Amino acid sequence: MGRKKNFWPYLLVAPALLTVLTVVFIPVVNAISMSFQSYDLRRPSRIGFIGLRNYSEVLSDPLFWQAVWKTVLWVGIGVGFQFLFGFVLALLLNRKFFGRGIVRSISLIPWVTPGVLIGLMWRWIYDGSYGVLNDILFRLGIIRDFVPFLARGETAFPAVILTIIWQGIPFFALMILAGLQGIPEELYDAADVDGANGVQKLFRITIPSLKNVIFVTTLLRIIWVSNSVDVIFNLTEGGPAYATQTLSVYVFNKGNSLNLGYAATMSILLALMLSSVAIVYLRRIFRSQEGAR
Amino acid sequence: MRTTPSGAVKSLASYLLLAAMLIFLLFPFYWTFVTSVKPESELYGKTVTYWPKQATLESYRRLFSDYNFIRPMTNSLIVAASTTLVSLTVSLLAAYAFSRFQFKGRKFLMTLFLTNNMFPTVLLLIPLYAIMRKLGILYTPFALILAYTTFTIPFSIWLLNGYLADLPPSLEEAAMVDGANRAQAFTRIVLPVLMPCIVATGAYVFMTSWNEYTFAVMFTNEANRTIPVSLKNLIGQLGVEWGMLTAGGIVTIIPVCFMFFFAQKRLIEGLTAGAVKG
Repeated sequence: MGRKKNFWPYLLVAPALLTVLTVVFIPVVNAISMSFQSYDLRRPSRIGFIGLRNYSEVLSDPLFWQAVWKTVLWVGIGVGFQFLFGFVLALLLNRKFFGRGIVRSISLIPWVTPGVLIGLMWRWIYDGSYGVLNDILFRLGIIRDFVPFLARGETAFPAVILTIIWQGIPFFALMILAGLQGIPEELYDAADVDGANGVQKLFRITIPSLKNVIFVTTLLRIIWVSNSVDVIFNLTEGGPAYATQTLSVYVFNKGNSLNLGYAATMSILLALMLSSVAIVYLRRIFRSQEGAR
Repeated sequence: MRTTPSGAVKSLASYLLLAAMLIFLLFPFYWTFVTSVKPESELYGKTVTYWPKQATLESYRRLFSDYNFIRPMTNSLIVAASTTLVSLTVSLLAAYAFSRFQFKGRKFLMTLFLTNNMFPTVLLLIPLYAIMRKLGILYTPFALILAYTTFTIPFSIWLLNGYLADLPPSLEEAAMVDGANRAQAFTRIVLPVLMPCIVATGAYVFMTSWNEYTFAVMFTNEANRTIPVSLKNLIGQLGVEWGMLTAGGIVTIIPVCFMFFFAQKRLIEGLTAGAVKG
């Protein structure tokens, strides 16, 4: 019986493990080995081991550092505002009002919309000749002439960030809203007795109670947003003049232009940066699991 | 809630804020829809209209007759349905093992599945392309199904593990005392109880694969292109066909919205359970 018990769980996990190993482990090893090779499919005769040359080239590539900086801004501002607006939306949706169920459902639609479609929808909204954003701003008297938002470096980057904020609000709202249901009502009643005001209740009860949810969702979101290619690619393809090229978009563009060694090197550097985020996440999870036992 | 005058002002303010946020979140969809039913002349007219003077389904007709949008829809359906089936089967087995057995390496394996989602998609993209070419499955639906399971399996395991953990093992144990073996106890007792959660997880997997673009653009060709790639391809050398593109967008999100509305309650439970318990 004891033996049987030992072998069953492994058998059950095996198919999942096998699939994931084939599709993740082997590619990761491949990517690492590619990063030490000159691997440009446009020059197949020159494919071969070149040691750390890709790394030194990447690290002295100004476009790489620009992409790193863009990624930091993209993630920092993007996820920051997603969280802020998502939190506010969750608090608003937590109030009782007529039609709350429907409002909750429809406000989450951006989260289930394909990234491509998001990119394309917003590209049409930002359009310089027929775009509705231009029309609204024009009618309000904020602009005198239509602005080609995505064709100008200084407006293109804020525009793609606004789009990713729009996409991420529902996810945060969804998670925080669910978290709010778990806060015991008595805590607020006790605070009322003590004469606490709304702001005090928010900072002393609501936010501390949601600490776990906020932490995990923010980290997950950081990872997703830094990996996301589809929204930017379909809005601007990284342009104009690399103004919206984050690191993952840069890797994607290099991969498309078949310089695989270079792209692999950058993707490994991106993975290393993200794993510092992932380590924080995992340590936290294990601590909470130990605590639960 | 007490209804003092200041309370009334406060709730009015919060309704206004809610309305503003909803307009921000939903306006792009409204705009996409309006664009899809405008005639060409109005789309690129002198003034921007907020409701079509003359609504027409011409863009939809062209999408299906000239552009043959049925084909990418069928491809997407095949890929998404197969991915859902594969992920659910495989993840259900693994999640059952994680939630019902204590075994050596359990923690390590769970971590492995968790960290799996943290690799940048673009890191996998390039080597996977080479692997798929070698296996001879590049430009077939199998390439996408295999690629999508990388991120759907770990997530499904995570969700299903959360649901299973909430299900008392005594349910199956009772059945096993009555003479059923573990497999019977699982199919007769656990599976029916867990069904709503499985459906919710399946809906999530389906939506993810239905929406995916980055792998799809690399691993498909003309014949087996999925919806996201086809949408993007409507941006051609001759400029963008916004009428058709928005019509395609509307057609794409309708099934996803339906699934989401049905699955959302369980899905939210599962997601947050995972987030809180880790």
